[in-house]
This record gives sequence, structure tokens and C-alpha cells, in this order.
Amino acid sequence: MALKPRQTDFEVVRDQDKCISCQVCLRQCSNDVHEYDSDQDIIYSDNSQCVGCHRCESLCPTGAMKIKQSESEFRQNFNWSPAHIKNIYKQADSGGVLLTGMGADRPYPIYWDHILFNAAQVTNPSIDPLREPMEIKTFIGNKSDVVGVDIDQGETFNMKLKQDISPQLVLSTPILFSAMSFGSISFNACASLARAARQFGTFYNTGEGGMHKDLEIYASNTIVQVASGRFGVDIDYLKRAAAIEIKIGQGAKPGIGGHLPAEKVTEEVSNARMIPQGTDAISPAPHHDIYSIEDLMQLIYALKEATDYQKPVGVKVSAVHNVAPIASGIVRAGADFVTIDGLRGGTGAAPQAIRDNIGIPIELALASVDTRLREEGIRHKASVIAAGSIRSSADIVKAIALGADAVYIGSAALLALGCNLCQKCYTGKCNWGIATQDPYLTKRLNPNIGTRRLENLLRGWSLEIKEMLGGAGINAIESLRGNREHLRGIGIGEKELAVLGIKHAGEAW
Amino acid sequence: MSYCISAKGLNYRDLNQKIKVVLAKNPNPAMLTIKDVCGQKYIGDGIQADIQIQIYGVPGNDLGAFMDGPHIEVFDNVQDGTGNTMNEGSIIIHGNAGDILGYSMRGGEIFVEKSVGYRSGIHMKSYGKKVPVMVIGGEAGNFLGEYMAGGMIILLGLHKKESRQAEMTLGCDGEIVGNYVGTGMHGGIIYIRGRVSDYKLGKEVKQMAVDAQDKKILRTYIQKYQKYFGKSQPLKTDGFTKLIPFSHRPYGKLYAY
Repeated sequence: MALKPRQTDFEVVRDQDKCISCQVCLRQCSNDVHEYDSDQDIIYSDNSQCVGCHRCESLCPTGAMKIKQSESEFRQNFNWSPAHIKNIYKQADSGGVLLTGMGADRPYPIYWDHILFNAAQVTNPSIDPLREPMEIKTFIGNKSDVVGVDIDQGETFNMKLKQDISPQLVLSTPILFSAMSFGSISFNACASLARAARQFGTFYNTGEGGMHKDLEIYASNTIVQVASGRFGVDIDYLKRAAAIEIKIGQGAKPGIGGHLPAEKVTEEVSNARMIPQGTDAISPAPHHDIYSIEDLMQLIYALKEATDYQKPVGVKVSAVHNVAPIASGIVRAGADFVTIDGLRGGTGAAPQAIRDNIGIPIELALASVDTRLREEGIRHKASVIAAGSIRSSADIVKAIALGADAVYIGSAALLALGCNLCQKCYTGKCNWGIATQDPYLTKRLNPNIGTRRLENLLRGWSLEIKEMLGGAGINAIESLRGNREHLRGIGIGEKELAVLGIKHAGEAW
Repeated sequence: MSYCISAKGLNYRDLNQKIKVVLAKNPNPAMLTIKDVCGQKYIGDGIQADIQIQIYGVPGNDLGAFMDGPHIEVFDNVQDGTGNTMNEGSIIIHGNAGDILGYSMRGGEIFVEKSVGYRSGIHMKSYGKKVPVMVIGGEAGNFLGEYMAGGMIILLGLHKKESRQAEMTLGCDGEIVGNYVGTGMHGGIIYIRGRVSDYKLGKEVKQMAVDAQDKKILRTYIQKYQKYFGKSQPLKTDGFTKLIPFSHRPYGKLYAY
């Protein structure tokens, strides 16, 4: 019994008056939606193959195309959504696990949109960042318990710090590019991230896919990951990096490992990962040498020993229910930074059931981690990097006021490179040349343009962060960090306010 | 040029610093002897040098982690995490090894005279010309070669019943390996003396008889084992079975596209 759904997700609408049968749509589509009939000089489209990436629509020279959300033909049912029904049909056909890409798209509360930031009026003058210095430079790493200064009382008055300072990453803006591996994204996408990070004075993250040899020149702006599969990890990789991140989990798929299917393990991907070509690259769910905080500490110090204590070593975990005590353990284990990746964090491939149902939003996780670390008096011992769907400069300002030192952006960076959030990254057929290894597709992403677009995004957001800081009468991002008095909740209940540690809008100091 | 360091009373950090100072002064000394070792972690961690390191006493966890070249010989037992993500070199252990031996190792050789604990050879892999080899003289606990993606594990089953711990973990079936052998294995090869009960095998591996080519490989490594640990051991290449994965793509059919 064939129960192929008649209902398609998208509808390709072509204005035949405008269409000149140039076949750009046909050549641009890796999903074989369009077909040219030379007898009639007309292009037909197969709606069922369309993933809604809008590539054809964007490139149609006459504006003849429109990709529309298909109106469901299912009988309306508030319990059985079209998505549920279609998924069941698909799984009854294949017996497989449903895959998806990017971050959770379910309508869970987005707390950024229930938090308002403050501004100064009368009692505290606001500052114009265009006229006055505004410091958003950010340091990632362990901060000393105390800092003392020895002053040479001679003629020079040279000053020297009494303590050794732990290694720090210095960021020109509190934004880093999230871990995205070469393999899950194309070389051109990786190169764009690396070059934008170098030029803007921040860092990108290799993910667990190793470092492509052509990107080694950007090593001083690279955070390298050590994950359970240890792909691409050798002593040169560790020594080259600016910092090391142990990947325990990822917001889109807490608790599970990764399978890069063999067809994506091309020669170049196999070289970067140091694995044979044509076999699945399997990341076990846990690190099998880490079953406890003590074991984690052992890996942290194995990495520090290997790199002579010269670089920060951090740990990335997904935001799960118990994230606050876990983060406390991570800091006590000696991590220099903790990355918390929230429910809505993106991925190249994850089971849909897991992406959409496991973990908690970053806003709540971040607030509870920051609170816990402060209560325990260890907040300064590690930086906190928030991740998991940072969509705007306002989200960043709110994240920093909730306690983050900096944020990782992944989905936002890919959007800057042209992503349309079609969520089909796992197919390897990305028409925008981002989540694919197909040379025909990857050449669509020009790294020069990609670099410029990413830089533009960082520049725009940094200016906006400065504007918001200035508006609140703050001239250094340090003064905003964990400053929750500058936040107010709107339209949320007592419990959420308590977890976020903020007052409701309308409540004064 | 040979050097000698006493680890007596030293914290692991101080000991490893001393080793690095020796290497900084003389990048390729012929021999470094470390005496009085008592649980110091991370010896040889991340070292890139062609050097012989002899260790007397029991080194701590993560011996030779991320190591890239040295030849370490330990005249005692070793603890957990030996050879973690090792890239090149060799570790010869005159005794037993703890858990997670050779986790994710990509190259080099590990020889253990006696038995090893749980989770040995997890996610061993090979790459290009690098084929990591782990030879275990005695027995191995559960999860041997789990997620194995490449390389070779040889389990000789000598010194049987020497370790009560091994008897406790392996059961009374007389076999030399614990449960879940090669679970999730998708590359590489495991040679085990004797047969393994089917219930102990991961569902991704099959058990086969060894052929002439296998015997040649076994002979090479058994001879090496004898060279390291003395000639009294019997040299026999028969009675082995080999475990190889059914597929390089164990999860190829897991997903609905």
C-alpha cells in the first residue's frame, strides 16, 4: 500500500508570462524540481521535490518564480498537525529515523522576546558611542582571584602584575562563530568564517571535523574542538589552535553522537578528519574516557599539559535540565570557558525528535548557570559563552546582561552566507553551497563575498551593541555582564522571572 | 645522550615539566629514564620526539596521550587512559593496563605483557599509512574495540587465571574476552585466540577463521611480543579467530530521507 502524501510542503508558482525558459531555475536546483520541455519550450515543476530553499526564486532573472508554503489539504485538526501526519507516512514507508537540520522550529517560548533592555534618563546620562569611547573588547578565560600590581618606585614607575594571568582569548566584539565542521559545511563556508574572524578580531570554531590544511594560516583565530571521535585531533592541531574546546554536547542533539555518512567523507574531508575515505565517521555519544567530572578534569589537563598551559581549554555542553550543577562541575574541573548551547541551537543533521524536544532554552540555562556560579563564588574562574540561537544584537545584549561573557553565532552566520533555513542540511544538497561537499554547489559560495558579508554582520551588530550600551549609560561591556537590573520581563510569570533573575516590566529598582 | 629523572615526591606537573626541559635542551636524546614513578599522570603527553623513555614504577592515567613519536617502556603496570589519542610511537608495558587503553589511537603500537581492563581500543582508527596496533598478552574486559574504525587488536590469552579481576569480569566460560566485543565496529580487525561466544559479539561484527595472510601478520606481532617480554612464551599462530565488521557503514540505513 503506497501512502505517499499527496500534500507537498511547497508550491512552485511560475508566472508563465514572465518566464523566458532560460532554465536558470533548472540549473540551480539540486533537488530536480524543474524540468524543461523543449517541444513546448516550457518549464514544469515537481512540487513534491521542493525543499523551500528559494534559490530559484532568488536567481530568476525575470522574477517569474515564487515558492509558497503549500496550503494543506488535510482536514483541519489541531491535534494532528500536517507535520505529524506527513512524518508518520514517511516513517511508515521507510522505517527510519527522521532527520532534520538547523535549530528547533517548534513554537516554544522565546524568552529574548519577553525581555526588555533599559536606557538611562535624567539621573544617569546616556552616552553617544559615535563621540565617546565604548569598550566592547572581551576576554575569554580564567580570571585571577586577586590582581596585584608591583610598581617600580624609581624614575620609570614601571608596573608589573604580581600574578600570572591565565591564557585569554581577546575578542574585539563579544561574538564568536560557533562550531561548524568541515564536512557538515563546505570549505568555502569554513574559509569565509575563518577569514571574517581574522579580519574582525574574533574566532571561529572548527567543530569536530579537524582543520583543513588550507585554513591553518588562520589558526591564531581558530578554536579547535576535541570530540568523542577525536577526528583530526593530533598534537599539531592542538598546538596550532588559539583555544581548545572539548565538545560534550550540542544544543540541537543533547546526549547523542554524530554520524557523518560515508558519501560526505570525501578525500578532503577524510584528510581533515584523518580517517579513511568512504566509511561513516561515527562520533560516539559520550567520550568513553569521560564518565564523570573527575574524568573531564583529566582530559582538560591532558590538553593543558600537551599545550604547555598556553591556551584556554573550554567545555561545550548542551543546555539540559541539570545544566547549572554540570557547569559548576566543569568550572571546578579547570575549564577556562564553558559553552552552553540551548534548545534552539543548530545542527547539520539531527533526529527531529531529539532536536525539537530535548534540552532547555538558552535564556533560562544561561541565567541559572550564571546564578549558580556566582552563588558558589567561582564565576570568575571561567568565561561563559552562550549559544543556541542568537538572532540579533539585542539578543546579545540581553545574553550578556543575563551573565554571558560572549555569544557564539552559527545559524546567524550561515544566514549571512545565504542560508534560507530550509533545514535540509543533512541531504548534502544545499543549493546555497553551504551545507554540501558537491563541487558544483560549493562554488556558488564565493569566500571573498562570504567574508565580507560576515564582517558586515559583525560590524552592524557591534555598532548596535555600542548604541544600546551607550543608551543605558554604560561605556564598557564589562559593566553590563550579569547586570540583570537592566533587564525586565514582559508577559511571563513569576517562575520564569525567578529563574531569569529579573523583575517584571513596570517594577522600578 | 641519556638522561635520568627521579620522580620521587614530584607532582605530575613538575615531573612533566622536567621531561620537557630535557627535551628542550636536547630535542632527540637517545634515552630518558624516569625512576620512582608513582601515579604521576600525563607522562609523555603530546611529546613529539624520537626518544626512548624507560619508566620504573607505576605511571598514572593518560600515559602517552596525544603522543607523537616516543618509545615508552614501562617496567610495571599502567593505569587508565594509556595511549589516549596517540598518533605515533610505541608503548611497551611489562604488566597489566587499566581501562580505556589506546582510546581513539590513530597510529603507533601498544604491547601489554599481561591483561587489560574495560573499553580497550575504543574508536581506534587508521589513516593513510598509519595503522595502530595493540597487542595484549593476557585477557581483555568488556567493550574491547567498541566503535573501532581501523587498526588492529591482537589478544593472545597467555597468563590465564593470573588475575582474579579478569576471572571476575570475564566469567567462567574460559574465554579471554568480556562482553560487547566490537560493538559498533566499522573498520579494522581484532584477532583473538580461541573462539568468542556469539552472545559476546557486537551485532556489527562477524567471526571468521584466520587465513595464511592473517597468520603472517600474527607471526610478526607475536615475535615482537616475544622480543619485548622474553622467549618463554609459545609461538603459535593457529587457534586464532578474527573479528571484522560486516560493513563500513553500520548506520547507513538508519534514517528516513
